[in-house]
Amino acid sequence: MSIAGTGIAAGANLHLGAEAFVALQGGALWHPARTALLVADLHLEKGTSFARAGHLLPPYDTRATLTRLKALIDRLQPQAVYCLGDSLHDRRAADRLLAPDRALLDELMAHGGWCWITGNHDPDLPDWLKGERVAEARLGDIVLRHEPSAALGGMELEIAGHLHPKATVPLRGTAISGRCFIENGRRLVLPAFGQYTGGLNVFADPFRALFATRFHAHVIGRERLFTFPSDRLARAA
Amino acid sequence: MSMPPSPTLPPNFTGWFSSRGWAPHAHQLAMLAAAEAGEDALLVAPTGGGKTLAGFLASLVELAERPRPGLHTLYISPLKALAVDIQRNLQSPIAELRLPIRAETRTGDTPPNRRQRQRRDPPNILMTTPESLALLLSHEDSHKLFGGLRCIILDELHALVDSKRGELLSLGLARLSRLAPNCRRVGLSATVKDIPALARWLSKDATGAGVRLVKGSSGKAPQIDILVPSEGLPWGGHMGFQSLPDIYKRLKATTGTAILFVNTRAQAELIFQELWRINEDGLAIALHHGSLAVEQRRKVEAAMSAGALRAVVATSSLDLGIDWGAVDLVIQIGAPKGVSRLLQRIGRSNHRFDAPSVAVLAPANRFEVLECEAAIGAIRAKELDGEPPGPGGLDVLAQHIIGMACAGAFLGEELFTEIRRAAPYSALSRQDFEAVLDFVATGGYALSAYERFAKLSRDEEGRYRIANKRLALSYRLNVGTIVEEPLIKVRLKNGRTLGEVEEYFINGLAPGDTFLFAGQLLTFAGIREHDALCIKGGGQDPKVPVYAGGRLPLTTDLSQRVRQILADPGAWPHLPEEVWEWLRQQHYRSVLPKADSLLIESFPQRNREFLVAYCFEGRNAHQTLGMLLTRRMERMGLGPLGFVATDYVIAIWSVKAPNAQQTRELFDEDMLGDDLEAWMAESSMLRRAFRNVALIAGLIERRHTGDEKKTGRQVTFSSDLIYDTLRSHDPGHILLRATRQDAARGLTDIRRLGEALKRARGHITFRRLERISPLAVPILLEIGREQVYGSALDDLLAEAANELVEAAMPDLAPKQHNGDEGRQHSLRL
Repeated sequence: MSIAGTGIAAGANLHLGAEAFVALQGGALWHPARTALLVADLHLEKGTSFARAGHLLPPYDTRATLTRLKALIDRLQPQAVYCLGDSLHDRRAADRLLAPDRALLDELMAHGGWCWITGNHDPDLPDWLKGERVAEARLGDIVLRHEPSAALGGMELEIAGHLHPKATVPLRGTAISGRCFIENGRRLVLPAFGQYTGGLNVFADPFRALFATRFHAHVIGRERLFTFPSDRLARAA
Repeated sequence: MSMPPSPTLPPNFTGWFSSRGWAPHAHQLAMLAAAEAGEDALLVAPTGGGKTLAGFLASLVELAERPRPGLHTLYISPLKALAVDIQRNLQSPIAELRLPIRAETRTGDTPPNRRQRQRRDPPNILMTTPESLALLLSHEDSHKLFGGLRCIILDELHALVDSKRGELLSLGLARLSRLAPNCRRVGLSATVKDIPALARWLSKDATGAGVRLVKGSSGKAPQIDILVPSEGLPWGGHMGFQSLPDIYKRLKATTGTAILFVNTRAQAELIFQELWRINEDGLAIALHHGSLAVEQRRKVEAAMSAGALRAVVATSSLDLGIDWGAVDLVIQIGAPKGVSRLLQRIGRSNHRFDAPSVAVLAPANRFEVLECEAAIGAIRAKELDGEPPGPGGLDVLAQHIIGMACAGAFLGEELFTEIRRAAPYSALSRQDFEAVLDFVATGGYALSAYERFAKLSRDEEGRYRIANKRLALSYRLNVGTIVEEPLIKVRLKNGRTLGEVEEYFINGLAPGDTFLFAGQLLTFAGIREHDALCIKGGGQDPKVPVYAGGRLPLTTDLSQRVRQILADPGAWPHLPEEVWEWLRQQHYRSVLPKADSLLIESFPQRNREFLVAYCFEGRNAHQTLGMLLTRRMERMGLGPLGFVATDYVIAIWSVKAPNAQQTRELFDEDMLGDDLEAWMAESSMLRRAFRNVALIAGLIERRHTGDEKKTGRQVTFSSDLIYDTLRSHDPGHILLRATRQDAARGLTDIRRLGEALKRARGHITFRRLERISPLAVPILLEIGREQVYGSALDDLLAEAANELVEAAMPDLAPKQHNGDEGRQHSLRL
């Protein structure tokens, strides 16, 4: 399970078509064949976006998100980093970035190979972001996009974000919830990577259309991932 | 008990008393005298005996003699229902004496038009709750409403002081004293352990000086019997089923109503079911607990008042307040857990002041017999229990500061002085006050990001004021300190709502699962629009609702008394024969725990090694101890496999047995230092504490403006995300401090445990036995069938997750389930 030589333990292996991936406990996806790292929904500066409404949340989420991303990049040394949309929480988010956080992001981007996919929260990415800026990208046969498409055509394979999947596991008269990767071998939706991102239950309406039959949820634990088939998950909350 | 009417009672009042065949009680006249002297007064008296009237009498007399418009007396009760009930009761003297007095209630249920009218044209007497008071005080014109206030009556004060609601109330009182300096305070309380602490709380300067203490007659000593089931006393279990045939006989022999108190809502459901199964005479037996729909509870209460019920199975939902008519018998099923609480429950049968309360204690197992004996001993010796109120929470302070900023501009210095007059905040440091003020204003983060979004604005003189109207509205929507678990409505297919249960319980059900609720067997059909839809009836083996708040810890005083009984063979002949024999066998086969040492037994049983420690420090402390001990045993290579804890004992089973030396090392008190800190920070208890603190302090909201839905799920932001972020990026933040302070309060048991381990140093009695000892039988019976409650629920959750994972994917799951905190918490985010 562990990725040799990286110190990153405990991932869950999964396949999309013929391509092999490792879902990491940190909420990112690793593609060993191309040494590519994929993350979705960073939602940078989400914390400060609440301030106008009087919610003075701890303004450390950007730092925390980038620090976690840095740890992965330092260890895995990816050739490519794909951000699958909603990297910035809103159009003004870039203006609110504090200098040290901006510096941290610059440092990460200096590694090169970045690809920014636009999302509904960040349709206009700021110019200073380094790397490619696209609405969709391809990884071999797989399409990378922010919002999962309503219908996958023929042999199409897809990795997306946007929905922030979360699964609830019923246990002895109670239940536990956690962010998760959800996939059925053809389509994979990544968990939100951002520090302040909540979750949507994998049985909520938006998922029903995308995962009509059986699927697997790789639920993120404190130290490892737990894989559950869809029939072992709770349907609510 | 009663004295001739004092000359201070006007003739028409004296006449009113005699028209009802009453004479004023001595304590009622003493309260009147205190009022005439203009002094604050604290009345401590058991239930019954006209305590509430004693509080109101002076105000009625004053208003009768000198009628005046405007608010004269403010009555504050912990229960909405009690405020409504008292208002109704007060109408009879007002009507019969034709007094020119208007008395009204104001609670969350009061319609908006009446609330507005009340502020414009206030009644003479207003009955309300701590939350409604906070709201009234947050209005800019609060000085107009309260400026002429003469008297504040605080009912059931004992139930309020040691809680966050009490802290909020104390801050409100400090403000009221500033708005109306001549206003008297009147406290009404049940008998408590520490009366001076209550007087300090009530006083205007936190010293207790100037509060006249009035004690009501204690009435007749209650008659309390222990009922040992004729079928034999069970070794384990807490439900008390074996006593039901005998209890049923008592119910048939009692003419009036009996209240059957139990300890958890789940137990209430089960006992109710079982009673109806044997109810051959069709006695009217009802069910009452806090999760039932309000209408259903009101129906039961009305039936009780009308004398239409023979018995009510109830939880603490009937502990407080309202006089329910002719209750002739109180039966406590299961362990009493605390002396003061038991006395309060027993007092429910005290409807005639001159007759003794009659109560039956029905212990569910051998240890509970000891606990019942201990409780009766304490009641005879008039030794009550209860922890003294601690320092006020910083989260409550933050909420109050926002409220005060809504009411008008203030200087930090002024508000600080006012707040220090509230007893829970009398020791508040200026530094902490400033930190909380800073939190309210700009978030109080080490990284200042929010200067332009400050919630409090400052003028040139440095006065703080709420920055905009929307913030004030949001404060008013979220006022209060009661934080509930997220709840889900339980609804039948025909649309009828039965009540609410915790969301996590419903999430643990699959469609088709059955459970007992509201006295009936239900089959879960699914979630529909945030409600749990159910069908009546179902299979054989119901799951029972398990509630987070159901279980109360054993009080220190009671556990000490249980120890004393165990250590004193001279006391044993008073015990039921089976219990006596049990203790004699223990004496013969092992040794009995002594008051000044810690007994630890070790023995093999079914290919496992057991270690049983008789700590008597309460279940919560034992749960923690279990986590810590299994960690240590892991490190020693003993292969711990699991543990189980009760209020008295902890048992751990492992592959290898520790020797005497290892056992001593296991119980070394430094365990609380090195391992506890690490365990605590990760623990679900601190996460829950943080959520409460963040909600109360207003960092996250329960209710948005424009969103009137009132469930826990309306929380705007996950508190766990914030907790983790703050902990790693701003560990000194005031809310984290408030959280630790909060948790420490819930952790009295851990401090107790620490002291016990310190005492045990060099006084450990270690017995290696060839087989299980008699005293250890009950705890071993707990294994496997124990219900998981409260904090233990979360802690054992991940263990269960691992079991599930193991079943699903044997090659992935960790092989051992205990003693590894990282794994235990692996799934909680």
